[in-house]
Amino acid sequence: MKIHEYQAKEVFAEAGIRVPKGEMVTTPNRAEELAREYNAPVMVKAQVHVGGRGKAGGVKYAETPEAARVLATQILGMDIKGLEVKRILVTVAEDIITESYLGIILDRVSKRPVIMVSPAGGVDIEEVAAKTPEKIFKLAVDPQLGLRSYQARNLAYKLYRDPLQVRKATDIILKLYDVFWKVDASLVEINPLITNTSGDVIAIDGKINIDDNALYRQKNIEQMRDIDSEEPSEVEAREGDLSFVKLDGNIGCIVNGAGLAMATMDLVKRYGGEPANFLDIGGSSNPQKVVTAMRIILSDPKVESILINIFGGITRCDDVANGIVEAFKQLDLKVPVVVRLTGTNEEKARQILKKVKLPYGDTLDDVVKKAIELAETTS
Amino acid sequence: MSAFINKKTKLLVQGITGRGGSFHAEQMKAYGTNVVAGVTPGKGGSKVAGIPVFNSMEDAVAKTKANTSVIYVPPVFAIDAIYEAVDAGIKLVICITEGLPANDMMKVYPYVKNHGARLIGPNCPGLISPGESKVGIMPASIVKKGNIGVVSRSGTLTYEAIWALTEAGMGQTTCVGIGGDQVIGTNFIDCLEAFEKDRSTKGIVMIGEIGGTDEEDAAKYIKKYVTKPVVGFIAGQAAPPGKRMGHAGAIISGGSGLAIDKIAALNKVGVPVALSPIEIPGLMKELLSGDKKSVIKNNLKKSISKRVAAGKTSPVKSKKTTAVRSGLKKAAKATSKTRIVKK
Repeated sequence: MKIHEYQAKEVFAEAGIRVPKGEMVTTPNRAEELAREYNAPVMVKAQVHVGGRGKAGGVKYAETPEAARVLATQILGMDIKGLEVKRILVTVAEDIITESYLGIILDRVSKRPVIMVSPAGGVDIEEVAAKTPEKIFKLAVDPQLGLRSYQARNLAYKLYRDPLQVRKATDIILKLYDVFWKVDASLVEINPLITNTSGDVIAIDGKINIDDNALYRQKNIEQMRDIDSEEPSEVEAREGDLSFVKLDGNIGCIVNGAGLAMATMDLVKRYGGEPANFLDIGGSSNPQKVVTAMRIILSDPKVESILINIFGGITRCDDVANGIVEAFKQLDLKVPVVVRLTGTNEEKARQILKKVKLPYGDTLDDVVKKAIELAETTS
Repeated sequence: MSAFINKKTKLLVQGITGRGGSFHAEQMKAYGTNVVAGVTPGKGGSKVAGIPVFNSMEDAVAKTKANTSVIYVPPVFAIDAIYEAVDAGIKLVICITEGLPANDMMKVYPYVKNHGARLIGPNCPGLISPGESKVGIMPASIVKKGNIGVVSRSGTLTYEAIWALTEAGMGQTTCVGIGGDQVIGTNFIDCLEAFEKDRSTKGIVMIGEIGGTDEEDAAKYIKKYVTKPVVGFIAGQAAPPGKRMGHAGAIISGGSGLAIDKIAALNKVGVPVALSPIEIPGLMKELLSGDKKSVIKNNLKKSISKRVAAGKTSPVKSKKTTAVRSGLKKAAKATSKTRIVKK
């Protein structure tokens, strides 16, 4: 899960990392009011889950409260890479002397959190990584031992020479490492970490991504979720405990297991169809999940046939079959459905499915081909 | 012969009284696995399908001398269950449970290693050595004793591949599902090593998916150390970039983790990659009968990724706005990573 910049900064501030004064607003009025209150030039920043906001015109400098109002009016409602801006952050503008990068990610290769710093921070950090990787310094931290002060200090020395700034940056690195663990992040990032004319070290932009698997114990973070910025069908899927990604094709797919779901999509494509979605009903076999899955897929008017491919292991075919029967009762099914259920309790499932008389595919390739044929007859 | 589990496996089932635990304990026992006990705190003294239940791993191991455990407990308790198993002296722990926080796993991984134990999973289907032992949730009906080793990052896709092999008359030594999470206990290389060592294994099937670089790393290992024929499969060839497709690990973003790169890396070291699970046995047969080079050549001709590269077909198009939205949403981990490490 992603949270917005203003939310990330709240988390940083709480951890004792210095961020500029600021507040999230949703109206130009409030933007002007805040700028007046701060009595200083402000930045008006679009809050959307997308990179390159600045380059898209979603981050602007306002000298006066009046200018803040004008810019807020412009930015609110703006479309940035398909996302409508509904929230903006109004924050005191800093006079920037240097811009550095500081980030911590979970690295699946070393199986450790890796801290990355670069004195060449700012908007072009990706280019820095590509063209001058020697300007990026990395440290894989032993998760059992934790981050030692000397390690943080050595990284800070890669950024600054001034002893006071090194001390401040060391403190920020240690605190950011704590934040990484405290909020169950898969990424925490400060870009840029700046120094100003007074020699302060300040986080003026921040990003935190949270591991979805840990949300059960991150209630505060979970509350920060911005439902507005998500595809409605994907929200419904998440609430139904399904893994779903909407695509643009005509063949609706309901599969158990991410790998098999992807392989099924690959085959749909291979035999000349276009998958309408990726949908993994997961490992547990709750019949209700099938009903939810069917409803989500049917809400897409482009879907011309639905293929259900279940290879039972922990998922029991009879549970899925019950779900299918239930879906037929509850939903108005106008598109053809083709089923393949194999594995655990397959025979029971076949018995249950006799109630709804569905075309059956014997193999993966078979069910895919049938779904494509059926879609052609519908269209 | 087989890898990791065999007739000597004495299995404990953690979470044996739950819905999944009890069902699969019974299935494993029915298959012939030596299920010696189960553990559920508070249910000690009871029995599930004739299997005695203990309150703690410590008690269960002391009484039964078990050497392997399988975990079915809910995600919230699963991390603790792994530690408990390792502390009780178990040397092979298989975690079926999905949804374990990745940061917890970063601490679990070195702990398990430092105790000389092996973890398979989490979020995996477990393993089966046909005719010897089954640990996990793989349906026993699809396997057959034979000489092919199967290793996979996926769950159900593994079954598909095994089923294809069995249907084609090619049995298996051991089938291992290693799980698709960010941090897993056992990776492709560990399994390749085990299969290379296992004398009864004559050929290896490796099933990967988009995201990460595990398949590329495996390819390097194969080149150096694996003498047995290997057939590959990569799921997600048609997946749009920047999307999280269910598994925490199955994320592609930027230029890394793509199916096309993985297929190229595997082809380069003499591993043909099947387009459908159904083609796996055919490729394996050709490899076992000798002519590696022509198998790869034919395989390349058919490869969908080749055609994508040549512009004859395109990867799946996603709905424009959602592509950007969910791309960014779903690819959280990978995008952020590639911000920095993107080449």
